[in-house]
Amino acid sequence: MTGVAAETVPKPASKAEGAHAAPALEIESVSFAYARGAKALDDVSLSVPMGSFTALLGPNGAGKTTLLSLVTRLFDARQGGIRVCGHDLRAAPRRALGAMGVVFQQLTLDLDLTVEQNLRYGAALQGLSGRAARRRIDEGLRRVGLADRRRAKARTLSGGLRRRVEIVRALLHEPRLLVLDEPTVGLDIDSRRQLVEDVHELCREQGLAVLWTTHLIDEIWPEDRLVVLHRGRVQAGGSVREVLRQAGADNIAGAFARLTMDRRP
Amino acid sequence: MSTVATPRGAVPARGGALPWWLCFQGILWRELLRFVQQRGRFFAALVRPLVWLFIFAAGFRAVLGVSIQPPYATYVLYEIYITPGLCGMILLFSGMQSSLSMVYDREMGSMRALLVSPLPRWYLLCCKLVAGVLVAVIQVYAFLAIAWFWKVEPPAIGYLTVLPALILAGLMLSALGLLLSSFIRQLENFAGVMNFVIFPMFFASSALYPLWRVRESSVLLYQIGAANPFTHAVELIRFALYAQLEPSSLALTLAWTAAFLAVALYGYNPARGFMARTGKGT
Repeated sequence: MTGVAAETVPKPASKAEGAHAAPALEIESVSFAYARGAKALDDVSLSVPMGSFTALLGPNGAGKTTLLSLVTRLFDARQGGIRVCGHDLRAAPRRALGAMGVVFQQLTLDLDLTVEQNLRYGAALQGLSGRAARRRIDEGLRRVGLADRRRAKARTLSGGLRRRVEIVRALLHEPRLLVLDEPTVGLDIDSRRQLVEDVHELCREQGLAVLWTTHLIDEIWPEDRLVVLHRGRVQAGGSVREVLRQAGADNIAGAFARLTMDRRP
Repeated sequence: MSTVATPRGAVPARGGALPWWLCFQGILWRELLRFVQQRGRFFAALVRPLVWLFIFAAGFRAVLGVSIQPPYATYVLYEIYITPGLCGMILLFSGMQSSLSMVYDREMGSMRALLVSPLPRWYLLCCKLVAGVLVAVIQVYAFLAIAWFWKVEPPAIGYLTVLPALILAGLMLSALGLLLSSFIRQLENFAGVMNFVIFPMFFASSALYPLWRVRESSVLLYQIGAANPFTHAVELIRFALYAQLEPSSLALTLAWTAAFLAVALYGYNPARGFMARTGKGT
């Protein structure tokens, strides 16, 4: 574990404290390498406290998507440990995945299905009963202003609206952690800004923990927590102020440049 | 957007079998929806065997009469002989189509939505498999209904007894498709499946001609046909369509299904699977 990263990892919750006292996400000393490649992640540790907005910032190829693939158990982390709300992802994947909602970088809606059909499918994958699913779909669509588009094919929605539907889907089972992998990729400036604001609002008003990966510094707000990942290693982590101090910079752009530029190939 | 949903601050309780059933229902419902929406796929699935039945079988009827052999009690016309093989063809193409759509879903990202469900991955993949088979079985019955007007008239009870055989054969072929999809990283590579899997499986089987006839011309081809899993699936369907059970075909189809499924699930295993090692495909 890097010295900087160690600051971001709280002590694991004891059994007596139970899952509720644990951070929403704890990643501890995770390393990962693909079969024929170099290490994609090297001794990565970080945590996402309950109710916090944590931005995972890194340039392209830093290992952000690989890390999220491990967190969402698309791959298994063979070295290190990942816990979601205190549930070990390897030992109790069902509870860990059940506590998490995911929005991937790639669009995962079925474009030939309607908004509602996509959401009903998402609810079924979470094992939600029809009545609960209908209620939460209605609630979610109303709140994102898409109630009148429920019968529209996903194909007919703009990129920003598709992302909103994906967020509604990710929250149908009422998770405590929302993980988003570069969700603003491909969106225009207005949609991007709106999405960043919306998710910050969710986090602030509803106490949802958010892990948001990005390579764009303007998506990070001063009150956020920040982890800088570069070449598969955590370079700095903590509150924005702490990261600036660790990097010896007076703004995020400067810190990002210092923490990544001199190591770029 | 002001707010989206209300996190309750607790992991939802998910006890009992209900979530598993709801998940299966959801996957089946999605497969049916896609099937209904893609009418072209339905007609293509029907036209293919019908062309074989109406044109190929009619042309070869005089050349390829089939002598008495179980399960037939008398000489049968060639179109009657190849009907179980054409049922198998529908299941084979459907299995490969499912495999193709899984590769497509992986490339397009929608596979991820399935794989991050809290239910076990093996269960999710099995649900997808069964849902695809049920859709394929509907297509087979549509084909049999049309074939009935072409004087392919198995006993009425045969339409019922063939159902488990169709499901089992479909599961075997879909499991093979699932296995292939775990190996295939890109959609472009899928053309090879046509050349190296579908055509050899179909032609080197008992679907179009009895294996004893093949042995007269080539012992090697006969042996290949006898080892071909598709042969056993077709024979299982052939006997079941006449309300009979062919035990060795049943045993071998079951064994191949288990083997294909085991390797396919291994391939999709997040810890040890092929894709976990390569980082491709999900």
